[in-house]
Amino acid sequence: MRSFLRLAALAVLLAATPAEGARIGELADWDFGSQTVRFFSLQDASVRYALAGSMLLGLCCGLMGAFLVVRKLALMGDALSHAVLPGVALGFLWGMTKNPVAIFAGAVGAGLLGAVVVQWIRATTKHREDAALGFVLSSFFGVGIVLFTMIQNLPGGAKSGLDGFMFGQAAALGPEDVWLLAGVTVLALGAVGLFYKEYVLTSFDEGFAQSLGWPVKFYHYSLMLLLAFAIVSALQAVGVVLVSAMLVIPAAAAFLLTDRMGAMLAWSAGLGMLAGAAGAFFSFTGQSLPTGPFMVLAAAGLFVLALLFAPSHGIVRRLWRRRSRVARIRRENTLKAIYHVMEDGGFREEVVEIEGVADRRRETAAGARREIVELQQAGLATVADGRVAFTPEGWQRACEMVRNHRLWELYLTNAAQLAPDHVHDDAEVIEHVLGDETVRRLERRLNYARRDPHGKLIPGLADLAAGAPPSERVAGFGEKGGAR
Amino acid sequence: MMKDFSTTAPPLEVHDLTVAYDRRPVLYGIDLTVPAGSLTGIIGPNGAGKSTLLKAVLGLLPLSAGWVKIFGGPLAQHARRTGYVPQRESVDWDFPVNVMDVVLMGRYGHLPPGRRPGRADREIARACLDQVQMLPLAGRQIGNLSGGQRQRVFLARALAQESDLYFMDEPFAGVDAATEAAIIDLLRGMKDRGKTVVVVHHDLSTAQDYFDRLVLLNMRLVAAGPTAEVFTPELLQKTYGGRLTILSDVAQALGEER
Ligand SMILES: Nc1ncnc2c1ncn2[C@@H]1O[C@H](COP(=O)(O)OP(=O)(O)OP(=O)(O)O)[C@@H](O)[C@H]1O
Ligand SMILES: [Mg+2]
Repeated sequence: MRSFLRLAALAVLLAATPAEGARIGELADWDFGSQTVRFFSLQDASVRYALAGSMLLGLCCGLMGAFLVVRKLALMGDALSHAVLPGVALGFLWGMTKNPVAIFAGAVGAGLLGAVVVQWIRATTKHREDAALGFVLSSFFGVGIVLFTMIQNLPGGAKSGLDGFMFGQAAALGPEDVWLLAGVTVLALGAVGLFYKEYVLTSFDEGFAQSLGWPVKFYHYSLMLLLAFAIVSALQAVGVVLVSAMLVIPAAAAFLLTDRMGAMLAWSAGLGMLAGAAGAFFSFTGQSLPTGPFMVLAAAGLFVLALLFAPSHGIVRRLWRRRSRVARIRRENTLKAIYHVMEDGGFREEVVEIEGVADRRRETAAGARREIVELQQAGLATVADGRVAFTPEGWQRACEMVRNHRLWELYLTNAAQLAPDHVHDDAEVIEHVLGDETVRRLERRLNYARRDPHGKLIPGLADLAAGAPPSERVAGFGEKGGAR
Repeated sequence: MMKDFSTTAPPLEVHDLTVAYDRRPVLYGIDLTVPAGSLTGIIGPNGAGKSTLLKAVLGLLPLSAGWVKIFGGPLAQHARRTGYVPQRESVDWDFPVNVMDVVLMGRYGHLPPGRRPGRADREIARACLDQVQMLPLAGRQIGNLSGGQRQRVFLARALAQESDLYFMDEPFAGVDAATEAAIIDLLRGMKDRGKTVVVVHHDLSTAQDYFDRLVLLNMRLVAAGPTAEVFTPELLQKTYGGRLTILSDVAQALGEER
């Protein structure tokens, strides 16, 4: 439905205005290098306005968008930004010129009417927010398109310049537009700075805020009013169709980057500014390209970066953690295999043949050698003449693994009443994740038992703490076990 | 003069309270007085209107009829003296706040609009977190907590409110026995310090133990009073046994008529 409306809007615009607006990209012969220099030298007033305006709108939309995203109201931004379209048209019809004040007033009026209709549908019907938002979005947008078409057909309407409102034209920003954006940004920053705790609490736990006697409706509607301001002042630069993206995308990226509201606001505003600047730049250096899509593409690029590289929720970080976990488990399993081979030999030898380890691991000799080289690199074992020995640290880790495995098997057979031949696979997994605290509790629970369900000895925490080198430790270990 | 009155007035007085959702009444003509310094349990079957009663008393729902007085006055006048622990499902656990942030929210009622919590508020919040043994997790995002830990955070927030009258909606839901024991200790401690605590509770087997007063609720008030007088087989039968068919039929009819 929505994409259909957008297509319709596009068709109207293409039919009525062949791409001929005064886009600064066309003023000079197109040349990426020199355009870049012109952009960054900031010599042209139009570049300065475009850049300042785009960054201000990024900041403002980022700030408001963060509240929308945490309130799970992202669709509200979409609905409001489409709902302002008839207001823009009416503001134009007021004096048949692109008077910023008339258009601002008309658009804010239409946006608020949209918000009230959403609220009214929710309060009086059984529809939830999404249906109400969908209705407002498409019907208001439809009315706006009808009005726009009428304007295009009026004498002089074809040159109205209203097409900029559809997809944005940062290059067409004048000083009044930038002042308007600056004013709205200051207002938004001021309100959020002053009522930060109020906006956060009413967003997080409205019922609690109400139980404190706070006017939660006031905070909700003041936020919606600021949102309408942000949307309307951003229209000239990004356009009706894509302004909601500038509300949602930087905020969504910021949500991935942090777990604190204050930091999220800062990230969202910062990413919004970055996307705004990038949009202005590409639109300027590219050939007569509208700003909005570029700004949104830049924001989307930042979102993808956040998705990939976010510190704790990022995909790269998760893959990395997973990889290192797999490698750790492989190392621990090799350590355990070496321990088993030693145990089979009654701990008489401090070194074992790599082939024996390969047999235990059910690996080829080459595979086992690779694993043992990994151990060596991690400082857990040393290799000489095809034989491998533990370093003290490696011995410690190996004992821990064996202990975890056997304790868990014992726990499952004792406490969970599983048969001894059912517990091995489970223990293979659990042994790698048991923490010290849990091990201590298990030991206590099992009365410091020394033998696992298969009759093998369990290295105890106390033995490990002694930290003696393998040979002595093994002797001590064997004696203790034997004394029982 | 106002002050004198409010110290003698009961913390909570409800008269002929009726509450409806979409004109379908779910609570009928509730009369209730909760004396100061009591630990009161509200019990009743699912859908009895226990949560609704708390919300109505706290002004979160419009009243169809009747009135509520907190310390002898309207709620707005004493909002600072009332604390609230909502049902756990009522908040968004993905919200970007950590444990400390949430507990600090308990201080917000004491701060005028535009003022941020200061050092003293932080100290109070830390002490409250310590009381529920959650201080080591102060920096955790709230979504990364277990159910029992989430409940403790809410309790710490309520403690940080330093109120005189508390309403808690099922603080024992979904917590293990150890946490339940810790919470009931906490509630008894509050009572000993002269606070009044009203708790929605589900478990009949512990209700007698935990509370010194009980409110039996099932769309209307079945009984309210000291536990020894109210916790009787007849009254419990009246509360839980056989739905109150006439009332719910009438309610249904009223809903349909609309
Ligand atoms: N938002 C709502 N809109 C319409 N009806 C509601 C709403 N919330 C609750 N109800 C109805 O009001 C009645 C009382 O609900 P309430 O949540 O107060 O019960 P409760 O005693 O807290 O139950 P529980 O033990 O399950 O928490 C129920 O019949 C419920 O269906
Ligand atoms: Mg309930």
